[in-house]
Amino acid sequence: MNMPTEKPWLRVCAVDDIPLLGSRVITRDAGNIAVFRTAADTVFALLDRCPHKAGPLSQGIVHGETVTCPLHSWNIDLTSGEAKAPDVGCARRFPVKVENGEVFLVL
Amino acid sequence: MKKLKLVVVGNGMAGIRTVEELLTLAPDLYEITVFGAEPHPNYNRILLSPVLAGEQAFDDIILNPLSWYAENGIKLHLGKTVTQIDRVRRVVVADDGIEEPYDRLLLATGSTPFILPIPGKDLAGVISYRDIYDTEAMIAAAKTKKSAVVIGGGLLGLEAANGLKLRGMDVTVVHLGDWLLERQLDETAGRLLQKSLEERGLAFLLGKQTAELVDDGAGSVAAVRFRDGGEAPADLVVMAVGIRPNATLAESAGLYCNRGIVVSDALQTFDPRIYAVGECVSHRGVAYGLVAPLFEQAKVCANHLAQLGIGQYKGSVLSTKLKVTGIDLFSAGDFIGGDGTEDIVLSDPAGGVYKKLVIKDDKLVGACLYGDTADGAWYFKLLREGRTISDLRDTLMFGESAIGDAGVQGQSRAASMQDSDEVCGCNGVCKGTIVKAIKDKGLFTVDDVKKHTKAASSCGSCTGLVEQILMSTVGSSFQETPKTKAVCGCTDRTHAEVRKAIREHHLLDHKAVYDFLEWRTPNGCATCRPAVNYYLLSTWPHEAVDDPQSRFVNERVHANIQKDGTFSVIPQMKGGVTNSTELRRIADVADKYHVPMVKVTGGQRIDLLGVKKEDLVDVWKDLGMQSGHAYGKSIRTVKTCVGSEFCRFGTQNSTQMGIDLETMLANMWSPHKVKLAVSGCPRNCAEAGIKDVGVIAVDSGWELYVGGNGGIKTEVAQFLCKVKTADEVKEYSGAFLQLYREEAYYLDRTVHYIARVGLDYIKARVVDDTANRQALYERLLYSLEGLPDPWAARIAGAQKNEFIPIKVLA
Repeated sequence: MNMPTEKPWLRVCAVDDIPLLGSRVITRDAGNIAVFRTAADTVFALLDRCPHKAGPLSQGIVHGETVTCPLHSWNIDLTSGEAKAPDVGCARRFPVKVENGEVFLVL
Repeated sequence: MKKLKLVVVGNGMAGIRTVEELLTLAPDLYEITVFGAEPHPNYNRILLSPVLAGEQAFDDIILNPLSWYAENGIKLHLGKTVTQIDRVRRVVVADDGIEEPYDRLLLATGSTPFILPIPGKDLAGVISYRDIYDTEAMIAAAKTKKSAVVIGGGLLGLEAANGLKLRGMDVTVVHLGDWLLERQLDETAGRLLQKSLEERGLAFLLGKQTAELVDDGAGSVAAVRFRDGGEAPADLVVMAVGIRPNATLAESAGLYCNRGIVVSDALQTFDPRIYAVGECVSHRGVAYGLVAPLFEQAKVCANHLAQLGIGQYKGSVLSTKLKVTGIDLFSAGDFIGGDGTEDIVLSDPAGGVYKKLVIKDDKLVGACLYGDTADGAWYFKLLREGRTISDLRDTLMFGESAIGDAGVQGQSRAASMQDSDEVCGCNGVCKGTIVKAIKDKGLFTVDDVKKHTKAASSCGSCTGLVEQILMSTVGSSFQETPKTKAVCGCTDRTHAEVRKAIREHHLLDHKAVYDFLEWRTPNGCATCRPAVNYYLLSTWPHEAVDDPQSRFVNERVHANIQKDGTFSVIPQMKGGVTNSTELRRIADVADKYHVPMVKVTGGQRIDLLGVKKEDLVDVWKDLGMQSGHAYGKSIRTVKTCVGSEFCRFGTQNSTQMGIDLETMLANMWSPHKVKLAVSGCPRNCAEAGIKDVGVIAVDSGWELYVGGNGGIKTEVAQFLCKVKTADEVKEYSGAFLQLYREEAYYLDRTVHYIARVGLDYIKARVVDDTANRQALYERLLYSLEGLPDPWAARIAGAQKNEFIPIKVLA
C-alpha cells in the first residue's frame, strides 16, 4: 500500500477501535472517510460516499472484503473501491497501513 | 498460491455458463483455458431459429463477446478441436498439436446431429441444423435453390422449415410419426399445429420413412425417395431427426459412456478430475437437449469445481415452447396421460385453441397448450411444485387469472402489457427495458433481471410479473426461481433448513452456523447475516449474543437512516398517547439540534427527521423517552382509538389495551416489522383490519384479527377468534406473535407466514390448544424479559464507538 507520496502518514486510531466487520468515520471538511476492518483485521479506507447516490458506506454491513451500502445495497469492493457487477462506479481509496496495532493513512 | 488449471472443452452454452457460475463463486481459484471447435465466441444456440427466419442477426445472439474472455483472463482456443485426453499426464491435445495441462477438466462437447444412415447422405445440399455454420448454409441455399425437404417434424425441424419458408423456399416436412412434435404434443394439438403451418405454406408428408437421397448426377441432391416408393423433389435437404450426445472424445479417453458421458449427481465423470455438463452428458440415464437443464447442471458443476461440494443435480422437469413467431404452443410433463390419470380438455378447433391438463392423484402432472399459452408458466409452476390442485380444479383450465387476485405473487398480465408500461414502480423500470435486457444480455433468471435492470429489486411486489415477462421472452430456456429458495448466494440452504439446524444443534453464534452449514463465504453477506442473527436470537433468547455488525444500520444505531445519511428519531408513545411535558421536551430537542422536520407519523407518534448520527445519543438523553423501534424488524406501534373513556360509541377501553400491548411487546425483535391496532368499537377507527394483529372491541369482549398489512399489497386481516378479557387479548395475540417469531422466515410479514402455513394451522396451535398457547405466551415473555431499552443502554455507554467520529489532525 506504500504509494509514492510526499504527504505524511497520519495516525487514525488503534485497529481495536474499529469494530470487527465494522467501520468508523473520520470527519473531514473535504468529505468524510470510512475506515473498515475485516475479519482478518485488514483495514481499508474509502471516501464515505457510495458512487451510486452518495450513501454513507461507513454505515453498511462489512462481509468478506466488501461493504454493502445501506441506502440501495450496492456492493463495494473494499480493495479497489469499485462497485461489484453489474453496478458500475468507484469510491475513492486512501492509502492505509497498520503498524503495531495502529492505523495510519494518507489524506 | 499457484492457481489450479481448468481446461474446458466446448465453448457452447453449457460450458461457458459453468465458467460464469464458477467465476462468481471462486473468481481466483483457476487459470481457465477454453477450447471451441467453432470459430466464434459463445452464442445463444436456441436463437438460431430467429436468425434463420431473418428476425435476428448473428451479432444479436452472441452471449459472451471476445472481450469477456479477455476481461476474465480466460485463454481461448477458437477453431480448435480437442482430439485426445491424456489422463495420465493430465493434458489435452488439440488437432493442431497444441497441448494444455489440466488439474480439472470440464467436458462440454455438446451433441451432434443424427444423420440417417441412408444412401446419398453425403451429397452436396444435404445438411443438418446444429450451429451457425448450418444456419448460414441454409440462408445461402435459400438464395439460389428452390425446393427444400426437412426430414424430421420435431422442434428443430419445424423451426428450420419455417425459417426456410420465410426465406422464400418451397418447403416440405417429412416426418416418420403420425403427427408433428409427437414428443411434445398429443395428436389433437399436433393436428392443429399442422393446419396452422399449412396455412403458412408448408407442406407435410407424415408417416413417411426416407429410404434414399437421389443424386442429380453431379453430386448434389435432387430428390428424397421414400420406402413406399414415392419421391419428393429437393435441392436442399435438412436432416433434423435428433441429436446424439457427443461423447467420442470421452470414450477415446476411456471414460465410461453410455449414450453420453455418464456423470454423478455432482456432474463428475468416472475420473474424479474430469467433469462434464450439457448435451454430451448422460445423467441417471437421461441426456437432455434443452437449455434449462443444462443451466441447472452448470450451477451444480460450478459449485463442485469451486471446491464447495454442496450442490446436487437430481434431474430436471422439462417444458417446451416452439420458437415460430405467431404460433403458441407449450407442453410440460406427462401430457399424454394413461392409467390412473384424468384429463381436463378444452378444445376449440375453429378458434385454434386446444388445452389439455393431465391430473394424477389430485396433482397436475402434465400440460399441453396450443393457441393460448399465457398460463404455461403457471401450469409449469404447479407441476414442479407438485401441489394438490383440488381447491383449484374447477377453474384450473381457465388459468391463473381465473383464481382471482393472485395476491403478492403478481397477476398474469405480462403478455398484454405494452413495452412502455411500468413494471417496477420502485425503480421506474418498463416492460421494454426488461425485455431488452433479457435479449441483449442473455438473462435467464429473475435474479439476473433484478441485478441488471433493478426491477423487482426493491419492494419485490413485481417479482411475479418479471417472472412472467422472462417466461414469455425466453420461452423454454426460462429458469424458474426455485420455490425453496436458498437464503442467499453464500449457501444452498433454505431459511427452513437454517432455522432447523440452529434449533436442533443448539448453534449459538454466527461462526457456528456458517461452519456447521458449510457457508461458502467466511462471514456471510448483507443478506444472510441479518437473517441468521435473528434466527439465533429468536431461537436461543438469553443465550445467543446479538451481533450488531450483522444488523442493518437502522437496527445497529436504533434510528432510521435517510437518503442524506442523517437519521430520524421516533420516541415511543404508547398507544399514541402523550402529554404536555413530553411535547415540550420534543420541541426543545427540535430547537436545540436544529431538527429540519418534525412530522406526525402514521403510527400516531412524532418523528424528528434529519438528526446527525453523532447527535443521536444526546438527542435521546434530552428527550428522556424510550425508543419507539420505528426502524427495526421488530414491534413498531400499537395504534389505538380513544375508546370508551371519551368516545360515545366506544365499548371498551381500547387506548389502555393498546398501551398494555405495547408495554408487553417492548423491544421485541421479529422476522419483519410488526404493527398492531386496537379499536374501541366495530367502526374500527384504528384501522385494525390492516395490522399484523388487529383487536376490535365489541360489547361482549374483543375480536382478534391477524395477518393484515397496509403496505406493498393491502391485505385484510383474517378473523382469528373472539375473547372475553383484556388478559386473554394479551395471551392470544402474544402466543400468535411468538408462533410467528419462531416459525416465519426472515423478512416474511405475518401475512406471508399465514399464507404458507394456513390459518387453520394457526388456529389449531393458538386457539384450540390451550396448553400450547400458554407455552407460546410464556416463551414470548421469557424472550422479552429483561431486555433493555436500546436508547437507555446507549446513553449508558453501549457501543460508544459507533456514535463518535474520529478526528485526524493533519
